[in-house]
Amino acid sequence: MFSGFMMTTWAVATIVAVIAGVVGFFVVLRGSAFPAHAIPKGAFAGAAGASLLGINTLVGLGAFSLLAALGIGRLGRRGRSDVVTALALVLMLALGAAFLSRTSQYEPEIFSLLFGEVLGVSTTELVPVAVIGIACIAAVAVLYRPLMLSSVVPEVAEAKGVRDYRMQMAFLVVVAAATTVTVPVVGALLMFSLMIGPPAAARALTRRPALAMLLAVVIALATVWAAIAISYRSNWPVGFFVGVFGAAAYALGRAGAALRRHGRATT
Amino acid sequence: MGGLATRVFEPGFFTSGPVHVAIAIGTVVAVVSAVTGVFTVMRGQSFAGHALTDVATAGGSGAFLIGMSPLFGFVGLSAVGAGVLEMIGVQRARGRDLVTGLVLGVAIGLAALFLYLDATTTATSGATQQILFGSIFTTQASTIPVVVAFSAAALGAIAIAYRPLLLSTVSTDIAAARGAPVRAAGLLYMLALSLSVGLSSLAIGTILSTALLIGPPAAALRLTRSAGRALVAACLIGIGATWLGVLLAYDSFYWGASRQALPVSFFIVAIVFAAYLLSGLRVSAGARARAVAVAGAGQSRAAA
Repeated sequence: MFSGFMMTTWAVATIVAVIAGVVGFFVVLRGSAFPAHAIPKGAFAGAAGASLLGINTLVGLGAFSLLAALGIGRLGRRGRSDVVTALALVLMLALGAAFLSRTSQYEPEIFSLLFGEVLGVSTTELVPVAVIGIACIAAVAVLYRPLMLSSVVPEVAEAKGVRDYRMQMAFLVVVAAATTVTVPVVGALLMFSLMIGPPAAARALTRRPALAMLLAVVIALATVWAAIAISYRSNWPVGFFVGVFGAAAYALGRAGAALRRHGRATT
Repeated sequence: MGGLATRVFEPGFFTSGPVHVAIAIGTVVAVVSAVTGVFTVMRGQSFAGHALTDVATAGGSGAFLIGMSPLFGFVGLSAVGAGVLEMIGVQRARGRDLVTGLVLGVAIGLAALFLYLDATTTATSGATQQILFGSIFTTQASTIPVVVAFSAAALGAIAIAYRPLLLSTVSTDIAAARGAPVRAAGLLYMLALSLSVGLSSLAIGTILSTALLIGPPAAALRLTRSAGRALVAACLIGIGATWLGVLLAYDSFYWGASRQALPVSFFIVAIVFAAYLLSGLRVSAGARARAVAVAGAGQSRAAA
């Protein structure tokens, strides 16, 4: 489980969990679950396109997730944002279907792109993943205060000169960058579970933002590590465990919060 | 003229059995999706509607695993999913995206497991492709009665709940104050939604069934404010996109030298998206005309 090629996986999974925890905290705070679902899922088409052209998957993922982020942000300015998100998503997926029909892509490869592949990362990809990951965290660090302000009290943020639209665009681009590095490991669909489950659990447990973010990272790490370990042993897809553990973390978080409220009420 | 006709309809289009089945199923599915989708868009539940398609993926792949027709899996599990969403309160605006997301996460996890088991334990290949991207050209004609029955049930549910549903879509408070059966109407609507998601999953695949549910209604609601007119317009856009999509997919076999057809779902989605963008053009043209009229009136008043 800790032999050479698995070490890469552990390293990448750790980066993924940290990014998912940090970015996911804002996803939950801003209530942008749908864009956070749509961007990774749409990026899947980019990976399919990249394999059609024979270029690096990361390039395809990056291009499509950026395109999705900008498209959702731009079109969402006018018209209903949930409708725009849904339509942008299906358009990219349709392109993905067309790309796939043109390649002799094997079914297992589609599957691993959507649902994750523990051994899907090569050592050469470790460097770009780490670089983009650090850039993501740095972007969140720089944007932390205005992003927090515009997420919690948009009116105050607007009064202080923080443009809501610009913040939304910047945030979507950060989600796109996070997507690019995480999809090859946990898959287009499960990246979303990781960005929602652990941060939602953390938010249920504490109201303090910095602590919640830290807690989200810890829970995400535990989820990913456990998922990989069990997937390695059982041969079942890692995505299944990420999805179930993520939701379980949230259920436990809610139960813990309810218990604490109950305890406070009785004393 | 005859030359043009054969250019547009490549040889064998009208006599091909699979095309007949595809057109029949596509039409029914487009109508059900459009009717249900008008309410989904008006209630702002696009995310829930989309989440159900991922729940349907788990259902379809699970049905494959036990050797059942995927259609029953699609419909069965998305009905369960709709029930869960309704129970934990998808109608409350606050926090509902989070809850929807968590249901979605579990469903995706299950889908991952089922598809993996499909690929490793059963002899059937192509389950992933078929469930995710649809099988309108390979569906048996014998499926049509089942599709029609499910569609009739979905349309019936909407018809029964129509007035209270419309009222509660506009304002839950007014509907409750008037004593409209909001809860029952909501349940019937969720039933129709899960049926429609299951049906469109069969036609264009779980990954793309959101397109028929959201696209035509969203375009229609940009064209007209009246719910009745939006229903008709959404049906027409949906049917048009499906027919044109089937035709183009059939023709695409003859494009280029590769003799390889593009998937029908790709064309349907592309047409639906184009329809949405075009409806936006109309809206902005109308808005501009109004703005010019107002500005003109202001100027003439200033001149006077």
